[in-house]
Amino acid sequence: MRYAMAVDTRKCVGCSDCVVACQTENNVPHGFCRDWVVEVMDGTYPQLEIELRSERCNHCANSPCVRCCPTGASHFAEGGIVLVKKTECIGCGACIASCPYDARYPHPEGYVDKCTFCYHRIKNGMKPACVEVCPTKCLYFGDLNDANSDVSVVLKKRKYKTLIPEAGTDPQLYFLI
Amino acid sequence: MYYDEDRLKIPLIRAEERGMQVFREASWDEALDYVAAKMKEISTKYGPESMALFTHGSGSSNFTNLFNAFGSPNIAEPSYAQCRGPRDEAFFATFGEEVYSPEITDIRDTRCLVLIGSHIGENMHNGQIQEMSDAIDKGATIITVDPRFSTAAGKSKYWLPIKPATDIALLLSWIHEIIYNDYYDKKYVVKYCSGFEQLKEHVKDFTPEWAYGITTIKPDLISKTAEEMANASPAVIVHPGRHVTWYGDDTQRIRAVAILNALLGSWGRRGGFYRPARYTLEQPQKPAYKEPSRTWQDLFPGKYPVASSVPTNALVDGSIPENNPAYQIKGWFVNATNLLSTVPDTSNTLKAIQNLDLVVAIDTMPMEITGWADVVLPECTYLERYDVLRTTPHRKPAIALRMPAAEPLNNTKPGYWIARELSKKLGLESYFPFEKQEDLIDWQLKKIGSSLDEMKAVGVKNFERDIDDIYFADNEDVEFPTDSGTIELYSTYFEQYGFDPMPKYVPHEEPAEGYYRLIYGRAPMHTFGRTSNNPNLTDLLDENKVWINPKVAKEWGLQNDQEIWLKNQDGAVTDFPVKVRITERIRWDSVYIFHGFGHTQKQMTRCYGKGASDTKLITKVHIDPIMGGTGMRGNFVTFLTEKADQEVAL
Repeated sequence: MRYAMAVDTRKCVGCSDCVVACQTENNVPHGFCRDWVVEVMDGTYPQLEIELRSERCNHCANSPCVRCCPTGASHFAEGGIVLVKKTECIGCGACIASCPYDARYPHPEGYVDKCTFCYHRIKNGMKPACVEVCPTKCLYFGDLNDANSDVSVVLKKRKYKTLIPEAGTDPQLYFLI
Repeated sequence: MYYDEDRLKIPLIRAEERGMQVFREASWDEALDYVAAKMKEISTKYGPESMALFTHGSGSSNFTNLFNAFGSPNIAEPSYAQCRGPRDEAFFATFGEEVYSPEITDIRDTRCLVLIGSHIGENMHNGQIQEMSDAIDKGATIITVDPRFSTAAGKSKYWLPIKPATDIALLLSWIHEIIYNDYYDKKYVVKYCSGFEQLKEHVKDFTPEWAYGITTIKPDLISKTAEEMANASPAVIVHPGRHVTWYGDDTQRIRAVAILNALLGSWGRRGGFYRPARYTLEQPQKPAYKEPSRTWQDLFPGKYPVASSVPTNALVDGSIPENNPAYQIKGWFVNATNLLSTVPDTSNTLKAIQNLDLVVAIDTMPMEITGWADVVLPECTYLERYDVLRTTPHRKPAIALRMPAAEPLNNTKPGYWIARELSKKLGLESYFPFEKQEDLIDWQLKKIGSSLDEMKAVGVKNFERDIDDIYFADNEDVEFPTDSGTIELYSTYFEQYGFDPMPKYVPHEEPAEGYYRLIYGRAPMHTFGRTSNNPNLTDLLDENKVWINPKVAKEWGLQNDQEIWLKNQDGAVTDFPVKVRITERIRWDSVYIFHGFGHTQKQMTRCYGKGASDTKLITKVHIDPIMGGTGMRGNFVTFLTEKADQEVAL
């Protein structure tokens, strides 16, 4: 099993519904977030392009955060999901520094927090909260080893890219272009 | 929102001068007694129609019922004259029917979607967004006309960065292209439309070259996009828009949109506009409403003759004695709409408020308007109440339930309860035959073999259409509900009131040297100005910025995030500084801000004082003579770098 997510940049409108859904679902304290929307604009008037991306932890297969964690709090769970065991996290911040995607934040309660692909939901057959609420249905989630999963199907059909591939982390967040 | 400490919690009665925001807490009984006594006094002195209701949204029916029972037809929703009114009248004049809300645009199945200043994707009407997303998936062509590179423009095959206020010229040249290149749907036009020859003659000189000089859109781009529409016809939507009160000739602009759709044969066709179906629920017996002796039209006889709803601004203007000494509005109910942010020319609204005998604000959160009220009635939020069953028209008839997710917090009450309690004190209880909203819902549902319990489980109930007539059948004989029974390319309806039967381009005022046209719009995470203080949403966006083209910023020496004040052509200056956002996404002759910021109500603790209010800068209002819409995009601003009260220009 290999969980992954694809984000359709052609459909995302940047409404940030994914961010609010995540904050609500996961009790993320105000002022922090596990997912966020990036707007990249290119060109000069009137030849312009915009890419909108809902971003989060890339759940890298070769994760620097797991490798550098001194206590083993950062670990791989089922399907390659990168999780933080908060009781073992000492809040040293090494993982925050090691992440090329800036996907982690220090929770005010003293541990490091990040996207879990809503592990508590997907274990029970539900989709991650962000995927569930997206009004444009631009988020696709599932198991890459299952050829019929939403994410496998869309990655077969469409061109995609990953972010900062040169970091060599083997990210599992795909952006449809 | 539920636990928000800023919420209105307890009924309040004003204790000092109006607007000073000194209130004392009151029981519901005392507050409602106060309101009922004042209403009776106004009714005796001036007549019941001297009470006006301003309302918005799903709770409207409660107070609308109360006002009709009381004898006042003066009920206005800003969603008409500050928003979609012009498009309703334009489509009514053309097809005999409006485009409804949610719109009957068949975006899901369209092959070409044309957006004229309509920023779907930032304007988050959910159904429209979902369907636009489906259309993108299916490879539909999107054409966006906007002086700003909107999110929708970023999804478009063609972006036409039009010079603001020239849209009618572009639309006329598209009509010209479609007629003179024989792109129009001939069979459809012959069978359903009237006035084609007059229209053909009317647009004969409106070539793309003519429009280029006005709109700055290159002729080949105008031709190419007209061809794209024709190729997709009839699965093409020239979108009617939603907030369309821009320049005062808005009904005529949307008429041009309606005419384009008619020529392309999209009305009544798959991928164009579908025929809506609506589920009709039985209503309980209640006494007939009294026939009012005067309506808003008696305030301003002969004005806005085709207005099918009450223009909010007519009631505001009618509350100022010198405008109409014979008949005045003397009391306001303001429910779920922050009039001081919704209706332009704030000083005019405040002048009206100063002349009233009663101002009642019914809302969930403190807003500018609640600060000016005599009585504040705290309504519980949508999470804590039932509302009327939703039966809005769609592809298939459906009913939807809103039910509480939690008990009302503090001393807040549902709108239904507030209206009904008030009705008791006014002797109008018979107009509210059910004790609670949910009793009415259950009664209505049992009449159709369902029940509240069933709806609680399913939430939404879908039905099949009685007949399969969502689109026109081939060669179907259609009787359009216009005077002529046809689609009127030439409007006899407008002509009889002395308005142009076909749209004309009339140049609008342009900004003076050093001034830029103020354009405003929606932030996708917020709903108007009503969520600016929401704890979750302020976390995403708690201020607006002014979008300025890099060339302009360079000329003025402005930096990103520099704080400036905006001053308009009449000297109105923003209350608070606003940060600069330098971006290629806006033309050099315009600036852009999100609507709904720059709040002056200190009880909105998270958003008070953040950003600039567009409403404050809209002091020049271009009224649409056809239906009373308030054109709000004819205002120009310049930049100040020093504190506003010193007014030192750069």
